[in-house]
Amino acid sequence: MSDEAAGPGVAIRVDGGSALVTLSGDWTLRIAAAAATPNPFADSNAWLDRQSLRAILFDAHGLGRWDSTLLLYLTRLRQLAAPRSIRFDDGGIPLAARRLLELLPDKTQAPAAATRRASLVERVGLAAVSIWTEAVAVTELLGWQVLKAGAAGVGRARMRGSDLIACLYDAGIAALPMVALVNVLVGGILAFVGAIELRRFGADIYIANLVGIAQVREMAAVMTAIVMAGRTGGAYAAEIASMQGSNELDALRVLGVPVQDYLILPRVLALTLMAPLLFLYASFVGIVGGFAVAVSMLNMSPAIFVAQIRDAVSMSQVGFGLTKSLFFGVLIAIAGCRIGLKAGRSSTDVGQAATQAVVVGIVGVIMLDAVFAVCANALNI
Amino acid sequence: MEGFHTASTLHVRGLSVGYGGEPVQHDVSFDVKQGSIFAIMGGSGCGKSTLLKALIGLLRPSAGTVHFGGQDYWSMDEPHREDFGRRIGVLFQGGALWSSMTAAENVALPLQMFSRLSEDSIEALVQLKLALVGLDSGWKSLPADLSGGMRQRVGLARALSLDPEILFLDEPSAGLDPVAARRFDDLILELRDGFGVTVVMVSHELESLLAICDDGVFLDAATRTVIAHGAPKALLDNSDHPAVHAFMTRGAAP
Repeated sequence: MSDEAAGPGVAIRVDGGSALVTLSGDWTLRIAAAAATPNPFADSNAWLDRQSLRAILFDAHGLGRWDSTLLLYLTRLRQLAAPRSIRFDDGGIPLAARRLLELLPDKTQAPAAATRRASLVERVGLAAVSIWTEAVAVTELLGWQVLKAGAAGVGRARMRGSDLIACLYDAGIAALPMVALVNVLVGGILAFVGAIELRRFGADIYIANLVGIAQVREMAAVMTAIVMAGRTGGAYAAEIASMQGSNELDALRVLGVPVQDYLILPRVLALTLMAPLLFLYASFVGIVGGFAVAVSMLNMSPAIFVAQIRDAVSMSQVGFGLTKSLFFGVLIAIAGCRIGLKAGRSSTDVGQAATQAVVVGIVGVIMLDAVFAVCANALNI
Repeated sequence: MEGFHTASTLHVRGLSVGYGGEPVQHDVSFDVKQGSIFAIMGGSGCGKSTLLKALIGLLRPSAGTVHFGGQDYWSMDEPHREDFGRRIGVLFQGGALWSSMTAAENVALPLQMFSRLSEDSIEALVQLKLALVGLDSGWKSLPADLSGGMRQRVGLARALSLDPEILFLDEPSAGLDPVAARRFDDLILELRDGFGVTVVMVSHELESLLAICDDGVFLDAATRTVIAHGAPKALLDNSDHPAVHAFMTRGAAP
């Protein structure tokens, strides 16, 4: 056979009660896909409708190479022949193709019965029920963690000390560089942006107040929480979801080790303890960032900057920021762990859980921050 | 059979299991004799692992009872159930080792949690268990650094850590090469002979089933219940049920 690719060819000769289908050329996907070759599937099948036709015979002497393209053509023909009670005589087809044809169903498969689509009312109801169950589950998890945190305080919780230390390290010390970078930049940016406006009023000196208050009241807590949601919340969800996938959680449950104590508690404790500490660190670093910009680029005196900060930032504001960061820590940890526990068992579920934990963490933090802002306004803090 | 060993017999009656909706298996009944190696057989997707979950307390069955000795597991209160959970050992598919712990720590954890032994005794016991399953190196390795066969052995050592009365194995030789699978079978036999522990294994590895199991049930995916009782060897020789015959002879014509 020559290497020259010949397109698929089919010639049909109807002779009395039988039709002879002569197959020729190369029936391969690659060649059939080339536009220049005639498409055998496009040919009219009108000849099949002749009343007298009783059998289809094949002649494949001229057939070159073939692959599933040929099988597709033959099965279509067979499917068309069956309802017309025309005999499909595969004797002329190469043996290998005949064997493959035997594996394929004669009839087109009836499409699977479509699953009934729930009505709108039904869907709203189901969604409400699932939101309610989820709320109950999260509340239960939160309550359990609060109870067990007390138990852990007196050394009666079923968790390993080494796990808690690893979690503390991971949520604390390991997060320092990223928290520092983000907050230094935020502090610097606040100083820059503030300076442009304040200078118009000759109030440059208040740059320090702006940086201090913004950082301590809002930015340090929120920016740190966002970093932690991305870093730690996502990691918690992924870790727990992958343990789910490899049956590690089942192995704990069979032993009667409560997963909430053993896996969740060290994570929630670590993030809850570390978030306020990170907040203090972030506030300080952010003010340093503002200080650097104010002193080096805006020609402010260092002594005045420090004096203004001391004047502007009161303990009540630090306390407000600390409280917020504590709640953010609990929120991120509970969200990450709950989403991990709820995840399915496949490897894509791990990625989904991580993404979902990050999204829920960040959105949750900002929503909670808004609630805090409203409360603070009402309470005049 | 009275006293200490009564819990090592398992009686299952009319059990239906599934995840909501239609049960995957229904009306499953069988008895596991003490010291036997009992096989739960059947093709892929017939509900073997789901049934196992109901036996080890991970999935509440929709009907039926699971008696360990005299009591029904699922009608006991929570503390009793947990207590029974510690009298069984489970080897999950692929070992399911806790990935943040070394092999030795995996075996030690149940002992640390549920025994009053000193750290020294626990360490000695862990070494004993790991030596028993034939793991002579890699005790300080994390599961990710162990081979599949070694993970399986550590998993077995962990399942044995609290000296269970019944050992449940989920696809113990899946994913092992033929030699490792054979060695693992031998190990299970030796442990049964040595400790007198009752073994319930879920498997579709024909060679393992024929080599070590002395009793069993065959679950059918089509009828969703037990269609044959008996040792795999006996089923191979005698069963005239087409599904069982096809399974036992790897689909050879009857």
